[in-house]
Amino acid sequence: MMKRDECFRVLARHITNEAVVATYSSAVDWVAIKPRVLNYTSIGAMGLDISHGLGLALGQPNKRVVVLQGDGSLLMNLGSLVTIAAVAPKNLVHFVAHNETYEANGGHPIPQRNVDFASMARSAGYAACYDFADLDVFTQQVAHVLEQDGPVFATLHVEPSKPLFYDYPSLYDPAKRQAFKAAWQM
Amino acid sequence: MEAGGAATDGKRRLSGGAIIAAIKASGIEYILSVPDITTSSGLLAPIAQNPAFRLIRVCKEDECVGIASGLFYSDKRALMLIQHTGFLDSINAIRGVAVEYKQPICMMIGLLQHDPDKPPRESPRYGVRIVEPILDDMGIPHHLISLDADVAKIQPAIENAYRQSRAVAFLVGRSPS
Repeated sequence: MMKRDECFRVLARHITNEAVVATYSSAVDWVAIKPRVLNYTSIGAMGLDISHGLGLALGQPNKRVVVLQGDGSLLMNLGSLVTIAAVAPKNLVHFVAHNETYEANGGHPIPQRNVDFASMARSAGYAACYDFADLDVFTQQVAHVLEQDGPVFATLHVEPSKPLFYDYPSLYDPAKRQAFKAAWQM
Repeated sequence: MEAGGAATDGKRRLSGGAIIAAIKASGIEYILSVPDITTSSGLLAPIAQNPAFRLIRVCKEDECVGIASGLFYSDKRALMLIQHTGFLDSINAIRGVAVEYKQPICMMIGLLQHDPDKPPRESPRYGVRIVEPILDDMGIPHHLISLDADVAKIQPAIENAYRQSRAVAFLVGRSPS
């Protein structure tokens, strides 16, 4: 089992001009590790993060989009796996931090802790699917995960983290949305 | 009598082709849809065959809100083509993205089993009756599209939605032909 922030530190070394969609606990960790204008943390409703990611990927097919989603969020929008597989954006990489809990809502367990998200994505028709539970393996393979044609899916098996501070006014700041839009169109 | 009756029927017609032309003239590139029986044959089926649009078939209507928002950051225009039941199911997404973030989420909503000769607020069907009051409470402008004469509302309303960065809803009260 890995720690989410450790995974994101490894991932951050490979992020340059990609849009990174991150929400809730993943967003808190990510913006602390890699603050940048191309972070996209306003999604309006739980579960919609990957749908925003699809829209971003369609809008700029020559740029890459990385989504950092939680397991609870994916469970709220499981059909999105099928939608994305059908649309098949080559520039979309979809990570799910599988900590088996609704961490931002009190740490309660998800309904089925050992649900196999990567198999679901594979069955839906994603181009490539991965399961990572070892940080050394993730470190070794993350560049390949990010570079190949998508849609790519990867489960990150992580521990629930220590209590986080959710600064929602900052994550949902309208000025950040405007700045993102300007940077994304450059 | 026959001529008069024909004229009345003609006035009650709703042309799917005219709606599609208005959508295209509004700069809409993406149609995001879960099928709706009111708009199935008159709008969705021809749109699926129309190379002017990119149709994204989604599994659940709230996905449309996220996809449209993502496209908005590249100034790509999208229209959700859904049923009123899907609108009701997507209220939280619409609340967050369209209303609180003030984004131009454009919705074309078929009123399932609606009597096109009655105002939606007077529908015997609860689900139809509550659509306009919900839109009013959320501050989302809406337009009833039941007759050919209503089609002229579409392009100015979409242009206004993008100019003001706010949502708009079109309620399709009759099956387009």
